[in-house]
Amino acid sequence: MAVTLYLPAVLAKIVDARSLDASGGTVGEIVADIAQRYPALAPRLREASGEPYPFVTFYLNDEDIRFRGGFDAAVRDGDELTVVPAIAGG
Amino acid sequence: MCETTVSLEAARDTPVTSELPELSEEEILRYSRHLILPEVAMAGQRRLKAARVLLVGAGGLGSPVALYLAAAGVGTLGLVDFDLVDRTNLQRQVLHGTSDVGRPKLDSARDRIQDVNPNVAVECFETRLTSGNALEILREFDLVIDGTDNFPTRYLTNDACVLLGKPNVYGSIFRFDGQASVLAVPEGPCYRCLFREPPPPGLVPSCAEGGVLGVLPGLIGTIQATEAIKLILGIGETLVGRLLLVDALALRFRTLRLRKDPECPACGTRSIRELMDYEQFCGLKTAEGSDAEVSLRELGPLELAAWIQRGDDFDLIDVREPHEWEIARIPGARLIPLGEIAEQVNTLSRERTIVLHCKGGTRSAKAASLLQAAGFQQLWNLTGGISRWSDEVDPTVPRY
Repeated sequence: MAVTLYLPAVLAKIVDARSLDASGGTVGEIVADIAQRYPALAPRLREASGEPYPFVTFYLNDEDIRFRGGFDAAVRDGDELTVVPAIAGG
Repeated sequence: MCETTVSLEAARDTPVTSELPELSEEEILRYSRHLILPEVAMAGQRRLKAARVLLVGAGGLGSPVALYLAAAGVGTLGLVDFDLVDRTNLQRQVLHGTSDVGRPKLDSARDRIQDVNPNVAVECFETRLTSGNALEILREFDLVIDGTDNFPTRYLTNDACVLLGKPNVYGSIFRFDGQASVLAVPEGPCYRCLFREPPPPGLVPSCAEGGVLGVLPGLIGTIQATEAIKLILGIGETLVGRLLLVDALALRFRTLRLRKDPECPACGTRSIRELMDYEQFCGLKTAEGSDAEVSLRELGPLELAAWIQRGDDFDLIDVREPHEWEIARIPGARLIPLGEIAEQVNTLSRERTIVLHCKGGTRSAKAASLLQAAGFQQLWNLTGGISRWSDEVDPTVPRY
């Protein structure tokens, strides 16, 4: 499945792109695909073990993936995956 | 949950209209553009006058919130802050002016708010919000604006709001990204539903380290002020159950569904029954009795200057970004940005003493832990970074 991953500005700077195309059958596979192709981004998206961080939330379209099975959530062609990292500035 | 309208009536006993404070003639004139809005009108304006709103932080986000809530006629504004106005604040903290540099932020804020609207009562809490004082301070207010600049205070503010049942009007910013929501109303999600745990120290830089677009807190803070007014008035559709993401660079706004997590320890299972040690929760200090390795040595600017003067043999590594290197540098330093440490590790010698520095000391501590993991042992971190170097050793190095 071809999915578009949207990055917040802080992560977009690392890869010089606001969105990346990726393929896979689940959110975890999409993230693994991105992590392999963009090693500098990998530690910002998930644990080295491949598990999700508790401070980076992924949205599949408009839904938090934790309510859809986490990294096991199935994706469909054309889906949008959005990375929402915890930020604390004020 | 997206369409849920939650007014403060859900969170407190709102006085009936006859018990609300009356408006003076001056106030009727001042608020005329509100009074002719049917959604506000006289009853709504009196409701604003009766409202008590607490701002945690009088900085980037707190500035526009305070100014707009004061102008709108919120009767009582509580402010929690303990900082002094610094010149580096002025690029975004519009509550404070050049003549306020060096003054307590609360003094500056009070003067500015009184000038905007002398009808507003300002209650100042010149303290850091802590587990010891948060419930006592928050209890006296109807809703809370989270305008803090660090993870420990964000989790503290959230948990205190959940425990007390006070709405938490959340806003957060970094570089060009902003987030906003209304959290901790009884039926809605809280901050822990969104981010169960904070990132480890050093992974996410602060605005002081990573920068922030000056106008961004204006964008997010005015959204927080808007939500606060809607909550007080009980009108419209608030951000309860929704997370607003703002990308100032692409100028794109998105709202995502934010669900209450039944497993959330704060608002779901309610296993958090009292406030905790948030510095420890956020990894900023080691738990007592923990065997976690803490062996990084700190070095002050004067000590580093003495090492240089003596001609001691060591490598000084600057882990900031190239654009910061352009602004200011310590003579003799070598630039290796934090993100490139792993790639460049083999260009450093494990046999040599290495002093790491950044702007304030956070990124260099992170770099030190990366190098420690790679087998380096003779590591020192410059306390306070190049900012303190400029203050204490060489004022010709620009502060930024």
